[in-house]
Amino acid sequence: MSQEIAILGAGMHPWGKWGKYFVEYGVAAAREALADSGVPWQDVRFVSGAATIRCGYPGYVAGATFAQALGWQGAEVNTSYAACASGSQALAAARTKILSGACDVALVVGADTTPKGFLAPAKGYRPEDPDWVRFYLGVTNPTYFGLYARRRMDLYGDTLEDFAAVKVKNAAIGSKNPRARYQKCFTTEEVAASAMVADPLRLMDICATSDGGAALIVSSVEYAKKIGKGDAPRIAAISTVTPTFASGVVEMPDIATDSAAAAGIEASSYRSSIPLKAYEEAGIGPEDISLAEVYDLSTALELDWIEDLRLAPRGEAAQLLRNGDTSVGGKIPVNASGGLACFGEAVPAQALSQVCELTWQLRGQAGERQVEGARVGITANQGLFGHGSSVIVKR
Amino acid sequence: MSAKPLAPAIDGWHTMDMHQPHLIGTRCIDCGTYFFPKQSSYCRNPACDSTDFEEVELSRTGTIWSYTNACYKPPEPFVAADPFEPYAIAAVQLEQEQMVVLGQVVAGVGVEDLKVGMPMELVLETLYEDEEDTKVTWKWKPRSASGAK
Repeated sequence: MSQEIAILGAGMHPWGKWGKYFVEYGVAAAREALADSGVPWQDVRFVSGAATIRCGYPGYVAGATFAQALGWQGAEVNTSYAACASGSQALAAARTKILSGACDVALVVGADTTPKGFLAPAKGYRPEDPDWVRFYLGVTNPTYFGLYARRRMDLYGDTLEDFAAVKVKNAAIGSKNPRARYQKCFTTEEVAASAMVADPLRLMDICATSDGGAALIVSSVEYAKKIGKGDAPRIAAISTVTPTFASGVVEMPDIATDSAAAAGIEASSYRSSIPLKAYEEAGIGPEDISLAEVYDLSTALELDWIEDLRLAPRGEAAQLLRNGDTSVGGKIPVNASGGLACFGEAVPAQALSQVCELTWQLRGQAGERQVEGARVGITANQGLFGHGSSVIVKR
Repeated sequence: MSAKPLAPAIDGWHTMDMHQPHLIGTRCIDCGTYFFPKQSSYCRNPACDSTDFEEVELSRTGTIWSYTNACYKPPEPFVAADPFEPYAIAAVQLEQEQMVVLGQVVAGVGVEDLKVGMPMELVLETLYEDEEDTKVTWKWKPRSASGAK
């Protein structure tokens, strides 16, 4: 009857720019998650790895790589690649395996070592590849964030001070997170003094890329009960749905949107599609949410996500922020971990790190970042090529 | 102005009419969906399984959906001028096609000159020069400033 699985353990290698081999981060995160769960490594029967691709290199077979590093013990392996949603897809693979009865306990792990600066596509002359085309024409990731941010300003009256306030909020709470890369508070003035990157967004409005690793030990609810962890946080939904044709929002890495010229087209963008499916699957609504971890690739994007998650009506997220409602201690804390603003993006680990944060929050183990009485949390993230995800964790 | 011959930065994506250029897309014969870049083997409308497409010139005017700029040099394959010159970028909504197309904004027009809803038109301008050619691509230009260039 239950479509839920239990989260027995969570672990992370601190985010940073360590320059080590990514497997080290993944192993550290997996070992922490295993220790947290109390499950012996030999009992894990499925290893689900989140992979990344960099500089044209076709990626590592992440599941097997991590399984080998932790010591081959005959578990089945899987590797998922879905850009920033890779972690959620790896988690979804583990859930399917567990719910089908094929295994009791699974390790889900993702880790990355990122290059400096802009994430860039593979080389060559490849006009059939939209990711190549947009870089060739001078359209980077911050371009898209800048377009969305400017539209909020022109349509809803959001201000540069609002965007800076997101950074100030996330930096303040992230300064209390020992796993965050940046643990420093900033002021609105400091954000305003940072270099312009993609107007209206400045350097401090846009997230960096980082090294990091995150892992979860998940199991069937029956197994959790058997080992005395029946009250462990549970995954109630994993949504990885696509948008519906013809989305009018131009998304990375496309140079143009779909055309809605044909008759009978009712479109929805993927940022608004993904949470709907998650709510439906969990059988709950936005009013049930205690806290949200969203993909603040830019400060302004956090505000878009708040509206896509239906935590505020369209155009009103900035008002929530100004009221202090999205801070820890407010009505609906957003990015109590400090978010990407404090972590920076470690692509295959990021969606899992969001679930780690919700796990600790729902257990009441988030220390100075604790959201009082947290019962239900939701994540949202987005990547290239229509890949995004939303996960609901509840107690 | 360089004496090098003009060549498109990407072959076949726009006409080479320097005065009234058009982007070249395709249109599904069955359902009427437009595609840019060109799509001619499958229709992405989930209600249509057509394999018949015609090549069409897209509207060369539209209105700004949103805009931004690039203050830092993008990575390769972008070919940057030295020193790098920041440029504005516009996402322009085409009425008839009901789609939004990104492009650089012409040199000399910055974000302070733009606004959501502003009418724009398509022009061709240099993207970069290589040893043989001046590579041109489509750029957006405010319609109020049309005529010059």
